[in-house]
Amino acid sequence: MDFLLNAVVNGLMSGAIYVLVAIGLTLIYGVLHIINFAHGALLMLGMYVVFFLVTRWGLDPYLSLPLVAGAGFAVGYLLYRGVIGRFSHGKDENILLITLGLSIIFENAALFFFSAHTNIIDLDYTDDIFILGEIFIPYTKAVSFAAALVICLVLSLYISRSDLGKAIRAVAKERHGARLVGINVETVYALSYGLGIACLGAAACLLMPSYYVSPTVGHSFVLIAFTIVVLGGMGSFVGALVGGLIIGVAESVSGAFLGEQLGQIAIPIIFILVLLVKPTGLFRGAQ
Amino acid sequence: MNQGNPSRDGTPGGRWLLGLLLVVAVAYPLLVSSNYAVDVGMFILFTAFLGQSWNIAGGFAGQMSFGHTMFFGMGAYCSAILVVTYGINPWVAWALAIGVGACLGAAVGFLSFRFGLRGSYFALITLAFAEMFRVLADSAAITRGGLGILVPVRQGFDQLQFVDGRTFYYIALGLCLAGLGIAGWLKRSRFGARLEAIRENEDAARALGIHVLKEKIKCLALSGAIGAAGGSFYVQKYLYIDPHLAFSVARSVEMLLVTMIGGAGTVFGPLVGATVLGLLGELTRSLSDAQGLSLVIYGVVLIFIIAFLPNGLISLLQRRSRKAGGRNA
Repeated sequence: MDFLLNAVVNGLMSGAIYVLVAIGLTLIYGVLHIINFAHGALLMLGMYVVFFLVTRWGLDPYLSLPLVAGAGFAVGYLLYRGVIGRFSHGKDENILLITLGLSIIFENAALFFFSAHTNIIDLDYTDDIFILGEIFIPYTKAVSFAAALVICLVLSLYISRSDLGKAIRAVAKERHGARLVGINVETVYALSYGLGIACLGAAACLLMPSYYVSPTVGHSFVLIAFTIVVLGGMGSFVGALVGGLIIGVAESVSGAFLGEQLGQIAIPIIFILVLLVKPTGLFRGAQ
Repeated sequence: MNQGNPSRDGTPGGRWLLGLLLVVAVAYPLLVSSNYAVDVGMFILFTAFLGQSWNIAGGFAGQMSFGHTMFFGMGAYCSAILVVTYGINPWVAWALAIGVGACLGAAVGFLSFRFGLRGSYFALITLAFAEMFRVLADSAAITRGGLGILVPVRQGFDQLQFVDGRTFYYIALGLCLAGLGIAGWLKRSRFGARLEAIRENEDAARALGIHVLKEKIKCLALSGAIGAAGGSFYVQKYLYIDPHLAFSVARSVEMLLVTMIGGAGTVFGPLVGATVLGLLGELTRSLSDAQGLSLVIYGVVLIFIIAFLPNGLISLLQRRSRKAGGRNA
């Protein structure tokens, strides 16, 4: 029983970070109606940034969060303005292929500059654990769990209250109408893409203390994030939150029962089943 | 997404050019002295053949897939398991693997298209299928998990293993020609026309009385058969397969890249793409040993093609031949 309980709690903890990764993806999908295939590669870049901040400048990953998230926002904004929006000619397939092209470039540039080594960071608190009854919780995972939930809350409040948030929702619902009332749709697209990548920057900071980074680390997150977004409903924040926690638990429990290798199969199977049975997901999206 | 040029190679000039290219392709291994050069040529032809598998689904029918390596991997594992575990003749195993690939294609097509998955959703579900097969191959007993399967060396024609790299080159050339033949047939046949109608506008195609689901399933079965044929060939050439070689995202991407860069939905697109990317890869490898550089360039080329040349490199050739044809007339 403790065995199962430990698996569930651990799953919830990693699920919270998945939520953060997926919320960026679902925001981008909800507003731009595109699938950002470069999501995993951008997360990988963010993790390398965190890694170098720690190893070169000794900057704590949690303290560097605002910095990395801000940099993520800038990178996302510029990527959309300079490449994705400009070259896609407004076609969905083209955006999918361009983001694929970007992910190929980022991953292999990382391979070229940083080699295929797997890197981890070593912090004073990496191995700290606190015990709650019969459950063992690593300190880093508890922090990332809390931080991820707070960031999601702040982001959804921002989207629902601020002027930019209103503009984003207006564009998501009805882009032509939004243009007619004077919203600059292309700018909102670029800002939304930037916000999505900023979430990735935050996720990278929270992930690094308990995870590793290598040029292909994004691959596993791509499928996980897409599964969450499809399961929760494309474009839905609540969906990403619930979906992320479900996927985290499913992954952890199947890993506990089926073993490290075969346990990975839970994610693609859930993904295929959701796409086949209910491709609209659990919650309705923003559109 | 793109229109195939109907004037293809109707001009006598085009036919001459093709004949010349074929002569060069046949003579190539006899002219170059190094085994390495023969292998490079073989790999280009083989990549072009695999690209054709993607082209039939993603180019002709517009069903873009991100997990096409599942057909390659399935063919490779079928061949390896039948030959090594069950002692079946490699030629027979090859034929069986092609059949299994076709069935897998039909199954994936049936599952995905019956529920009306389109566009990006289809791309994602193929990605998930490939990942599922990778995990299965990594943990199942029959595939020997992460260790992979080693095919014992038994050289001879009946064993489909050859000492001379040139024999594999000519088999790859044969495969590539067969792929071109299938694509050329698709361009002319009613089946191909129905697929193009589905690509351009699925609802309009249905309104015209095309059984969209059936055509798409047939298309994926054909595509799967070609991919599996490539996988089988790979195992006989390299005598080894493991889950990562079989089901990596990188191979799916490579199949997509050569086709998109060469020209999706055209007969010669994958061959043009594979040749250009293959030579580009050799060039960067000769400049630098570091990993990753050639793929960075591929990614840049992909984005530029989508931005400036949406019908692929082959549209450059076609534009020129159209101009030349106009002058002759």
